[in-house]
Amino acid sequence: MTTLTTTSVPASSPSTPSTSSYADRPAPPPIPFARLLKVEMRKMFDTRSGLWLMASVAILSVLASAAVVLWAPEEEVTYGSFAGAVGIPMAIILPVIAILSVTSEWSQRTGLTTFTLVPHRGRVLAAKTVNAVVVAVVGMAVAAVVGALGNLVGSALNGTDVVWDISVSDFAAIVLANVLGVLIGFMLGVVLRSSPAALVGYLVYVYVLTGLTFTLAAAQEWFADLQPWVDFNYTQGALFEGWSNTGEYWAQLGVTSLLWLVLPLAVGSWRMLRSEVK
Amino acid sequence: MIELLELTKRYGEHLAVDHVSFTALPGRVTGFLGPNGAGKSTSLRILAGLTPATTGTATVLGRRYADLPDPGREIGVLLDASAQHAGRTGREVLRVAQETMGLPRARVEEMLHLVSLTDDEAKRRVRDYSLGMRQRLGLATALLGDPAVLVLDEPANGLDPAGIRWMRDLLRGHAERGGTVLLSSHLLHEIEVIADDIVVIGQGRVVAQGTKEELLHDDRTLVRAAEVGALAAALQQAGWTVERVDPGDPAAGLRTDASLAVTGQVALEARLPLLELRAADGAGLEEMFLQLTADTQREAA
Repeated sequence: MTTLTTTSVPASSPSTPSTSSYADRPAPPPIPFARLLKVEMRKMFDTRSGLWLMASVAILSVLASAAVVLWAPEEEVTYGSFAGAVGIPMAIILPVIAILSVTSEWSQRTGLTTFTLVPHRGRVLAAKTVNAVVVAVVGMAVAAVVGALGNLVGSALNGTDVVWDISVSDFAAIVLANVLGVLIGFMLGVVLRSSPAALVGYLVYVYVLTGLTFTLAAAQEWFADLQPWVDFNYTQGALFEGWSNTGEYWAQLGVTSLLWLVLPLAVGSWRMLRSEVK
Repeated sequence: MIELLELTKRYGEHLAVDHVSFTALPGRVTGFLGPNGAGKSTSLRILAGLTPATTGTATVLGRRYADLPDPGREIGVLLDASAQHAGRTGREVLRVAQETMGLPRARVEEMLHLVSLTDDEAKRRVRDYSLGMRQRLGLATALLGDPAVLVLDEPANGLDPAGIRWMRDLLRGHAERGGTVLLSSHLLHEIEVIADDIVVIGQGRVVAQGTKEELLHDDRTLVRAAEVGALAAALQQAGWTVERVDPGDPAAGLRTDASLAVTGQVALEARLPLLELRAADGAGLEEMFLQLTADTQREAA
């Protein structure tokens, strides 16, 4: 209970601005999501390693295109060859960028600052996810342009007609495949929260696991039948063959993404939101 | 203002923070004192929302940390100066924080100037920073949003004596402008020189808290005499309370609530020669802190 009493205020009551400058300040407006997107994008490329990863998207695209120009037989100087050659380094670099954007918060311990400035970790994670997809799409666009230039240069050098043998839908399928690859890397980063573990995990997933399931499918008929429904490498890899028009394929891609991407990402995110940041 | 209420953190069987309650008031520097491993850092991490509490609450300016809309502009937190991306330049670390808080870019240069990081140093990567430079950079990050509340974990670590002096002046100035400052240390002297209020923690529990004057002030008298038992009896007979400074060592003397003059008078009347007679000021806090540190070291051994 509060009782109000009238007290006589001394006439010469001195104002004390020095002790009231922090008192009764209004709370600042909340941090908009667009700001988080901008900051997280900046953090992807403002370190030495980030800068080199970004540069290597362009550098390796050029090198891969140059390799096709120099060594591919004349009849194979088509856009398909360039796209394939350029796509190989992209399938490694883009997921690595996505992985480090998450794991550096733990491996470099920047999470201590990040999550004190933005206590809602889910928003940070969402911004990182959006940025990983944006980087994947932009990276593929850069690769596509470099590959197209390579195709023009290669055909001109050979004196052959320029062959554009990739349709827009095929290209869309390749971009989707790369976005899914990047999200797999991102998921491993979220689940493992350690740069070396997630990088090794990604390589094991892409190279070792693909070899194992390929061998298993070749040896065991039951697995060969089951594979399109359980093996994400298999369904994701099929996108590189072009855009599929069968509903069954998209159902398989959906089921395998749920299994390999959505569920682990959900569990990893849930744990990340509750973990201790040290 | 910062309020911790019955804050508890349990790791399995171990209680790292055990029902810790205290308030850090605006306009004052609050020192959070305890030996290493006493639960200071865990308490501060819970306050900053980095570690979930088992039970209890912590609030900043009356709100839970997670409910602060743009925390950096209301509370500046420096928990570990080493927790920075080694590949980022000092200036870039501040730029990231400045963009997160939506502040004007000029603020970054102001802060670099404030913490005396030169343009050349700001261009270097954090990997090449000394601990003292990281501490300055961390402080710059904490101060960037001009927050009313500052929380600093062992901010003096790695600073040279001039740097420590500079930091003290900075924190004192912040409190004088009406800001709240909470800083932790495992060094009693460090806290004594800067804090207005002191919270002492040991093995996860608050063992003492109050203003510095309250904690250091000891009205009692410390007296040593050859015949400690006889002196104690004489004082008690005169109606004063008496306790041995160290029960195992009579030579350590007695503490009594009798004044210096009265104690001398009692001794004279009892014809007991004294070895020492002085005010007990500060002795209590120092002894308690030494005891806490010794206990912690015994536990660790």
